[in-house]
Amino acid sequence: MKTTEQKPGLSRRAFLKVVIMASGSLMIGVTKASTATIAKAAGEPWIPNLYVRIDRDGRITIVSKNPEAGQGVKTALPMVVAECLEVDWKTVHVEQAPLDDRYGRQVVGGSRGTPDGWDDLRIAGAGALYLLTAAAARKWSVPASQCIARNGSIVHRPSDRSARYETLLDIAAGLPVPDVSELKLKRRPGEFSLLGSFVPGVDNPKIVTGQPLFGCDIRIDGMLYAIYEKCPAYGGKVRSANIEEIAKLPGVTHAFVVEGTQDLTGLLPGVAIVAKSWWEADSARRRLRVTWRSGHTDSTIDYDTKAEGLSREAGATLRSDGHVETALESAKTVVTASYYYPFVSHANMEPQNCTALYHESGAMELWAPSQNPKAGRILIAETLGIPENSIRVNLTRIGGGFGRRLVNDFMVEAAWIAREIRGAVQLQWSREDDMRHDFYRPAAWHHFTAGINDRNSMIAFDHHFVTFGKDGRPASGAGIPSGHYPAGLVPHFRLRRSVIETNVPTGPWRSPGHSAYCWAYQSFFDEVALAAGRDPLAFRLDLLSKSYGKPPLDLTRTRATLELAASKAGWGRKLDDNRGLGMAFHFDHGGFVSHVAEVVADGSRVKVEKVYSAVDVGPVINLSGAKNQVEGCVIDALSTAQLEITFANGAAEQGNFDNYGLLRINQSPEVECHFLQSDNPPSGLGEPPIAPATPAITNAIFAATGTRIRKLPLIRSGIRI
Amino acid sequence: MIRINLKINGSIHTLDVPPEMPLLWALRDKLNLVGTKYSCGIGICGSCTVLVNGNPLHACAVPASAMAGKEIITIEGLSPDGSHPVQKAWNDEDVPQCGYCQAGQILTAVALLARNPAPSDEDIDVAMSGNLCRCGTYPRIRKAIKRAAEYASRERGAS
Repeated sequence: MKTTEQKPGLSRRAFLKVVIMASGSLMIGVTKASTATIAKAAGEPWIPNLYVRIDRDGRITIVSKNPEAGQGVKTALPMVVAECLEVDWKTVHVEQAPLDDRYGRQVVGGSRGTPDGWDDLRIAGAGALYLLTAAAARKWSVPASQCIARNGSIVHRPSDRSARYETLLDIAAGLPVPDVSELKLKRRPGEFSLLGSFVPGVDNPKIVTGQPLFGCDIRIDGMLYAIYEKCPAYGGKVRSANIEEIAKLPGVTHAFVVEGTQDLTGLLPGVAIVAKSWWEADSARRRLRVTWRSGHTDSTIDYDTKAEGLSREAGATLRSDGHVETALESAKTVVTASYYYPFVSHANMEPQNCTALYHESGAMELWAPSQNPKAGRILIAETLGIPENSIRVNLTRIGGGFGRRLVNDFMVEAAWIAREIRGAVQLQWSREDDMRHDFYRPAAWHHFTAGINDRNSMIAFDHHFVTFGKDGRPASGAGIPSGHYPAGLVPHFRLRRSVIETNVPTGPWRSPGHSAYCWAYQSFFDEVALAAGRDPLAFRLDLLSKSYGKPPLDLTRTRATLELAASKAGWGRKLDDNRGLGMAFHFDHGGFVSHVAEVVADGSRVKVEKVYSAVDVGPVINLSGAKNQVEGCVIDALSTAQLEITFANGAAEQGNFDNYGLLRINQSPEVECHFLQSDNPPSGLGEPPIAPATPAITNAIFAATGTRIRKLPLIRSGIRI
Repeated sequence: MIRINLKINGSIHTLDVPPEMPLLWALRDKLNLVGTKYSCGIGICGSCTVLVNGNPLHACAVPASAMAGKEIITIEGLSPDGSHPVQKAWNDEDVPQCGYCQAGQILTAVALLARNPAPSDEDIDVAMSGNLCRCGTYPRIRKAIKRAAEYASRERGAS
């Protein structure tokens, strides 16, 4: 997951293609030179990156190529096509695509679904409309310029004749396909009629009636159910196991040891138990006795000791601007503070699972709630030693991703078990498997020193970051880009890094990195503002007023969100003594977000009453989905601020919601969300709102209680919610 | 294995289950009623909520064999066309994000509204605090329950 700058305009060369199908339906597709070439070279039928299909009965179908994990992409992206095609949203049907290279990138992650799809979707919709308009013009022998589209029909204004799209398909199919550059693409919020409105999710009817949608809902004739027991200390091998005894237990059909590999993101060693129901497999597991061979004894206590030692060392300098040490010596005021956040788990409500069907021919078919199914297919091909083209992967709805399902360990386990039993199997992890075999958001320590000049501005920032990794390199999700703010916002800046060696698997966790370190930066900014005798808003606006070299973020857009959130929250208003407001800004994954949180305290117990959010992600596509992401991110931030995963003897100590207690409804704040709808290209929203929510809340806790939160979870700073 | 009869969504199902098998797994793996979801397995997250004689119950924490003779309603049986006021409100407020916990949320809300047709925010918080949502749809759950109360009140007025 990388942060990518969105460039305005059409960044890649796209082509339109039109096909009239045997059924008489018209298919209009958009493709990229690269995928068209792949299809041609392979001699396969052409499949566009995405398409619109108009049937004889007027039904409009739009394919959704990316997996849906709750980020709303299956609704928002088809809305773009409907907008440009000028059709009633109610006539649109959305189809989930399987994994197919000809669709291009099929990943949930990095908030990239919306920006990646924006051009192609508008081209598909506008291209189809161009052809239908030309078809009507030809039918009536009138200039196309006299025709307009209205709600699924082309209307000839001077004569008031109209024709439904479905009556124009044959003529449209015979017309020359326009070059993409001829199409007029809507891009400003003022041009939209459907986009920006509140549209419920396309899968809602199935969700509210309990129809099968998710990975664990797949049922195949003769399918068996499996559990897979792994060493609690990551990567440990099976020395011995009582599998003969397990195989005789009620309902159990197979029990076997899997040697596995040493890849922590792949097929780890373990014991598979397969049974006629999942409960029988899991019951048999309670009788399973495995002796593991593992040398790993990582522990949270040990990490703390190592971090303390490293914090006294210099670390590796990643960036140095100006003269930070001299500037600190001559500063009017120097502020120093250290921050710590723990490991946290993704805790998807749907524990990892995958269904695999092994055919006697050696081919495999899988149903996978994966955020990155292509990587899963490659992993299976490499691990099982079978050709990638013998593996078909169907995409299911995903019961929560947050980055966990970018790693496909559960897919390769299911595939291995299916081949071993030569049939169909659903591997379902238990909650404990899920929490103890996660790819955690890594913990880190941040040691900050800031210098303030005689005009009460921050002029120097020295940062020592102690993180986790292997062989001196940060682990997945454990780095900080050296250009991250406040680099570029102060003349004297230094970033140093030390790395604690770890065997614990880490990985991307919603807004990787940002969702953790933004809290440290934005909390410390409040401390610097206080030491400088300045209001936190004025201090931040000052910090965002000037850059040294290339600005690390768009200063104007950032300031605008900060000012809007402050104004909506009534920043500066008189509050009771036990009440506080706190703020933070951030930029990641193309989105600019500021929050102001309002907190009320009763001693050390606090309630986050309300969060005012200001968001600039360009034009909003689905107002409902967009607000859902902002609300969800704020609640995720608060939930996660009170959680931690700790380790002992190389294994996670938490396994279920009894000791990893997600936020409940009675602790949940109200979220008031405001969008600054610029005509910049849209960016995604699954990630940007979370990072600044945590510090806005903890800064508000300080304002309400006088307790500065320098350690998470909150309880480590003496605060309960 | 023991043979039991369960009344689920108005129909009697005869099935053979291990005596201790929780209702959740009888529904999912024996009857293919997969709308009821597994998440914690220890009765604290609410994803597997079903209605038993009108009361919300964690199906992962009770043996199926103990449910004989009781009226069980799962999400599939609330109303197959999604016309129950709570289902309509859930769609209209667009509550779901990933959607995985929502069957349990909906059935818990149905039970709340059955005994309290106009719940306050506090009533909602108390009744719904046994149902976790990792996506953070809580603000919308509050709104949807109030909207469902309105829909139900209108339906009562109309009939």
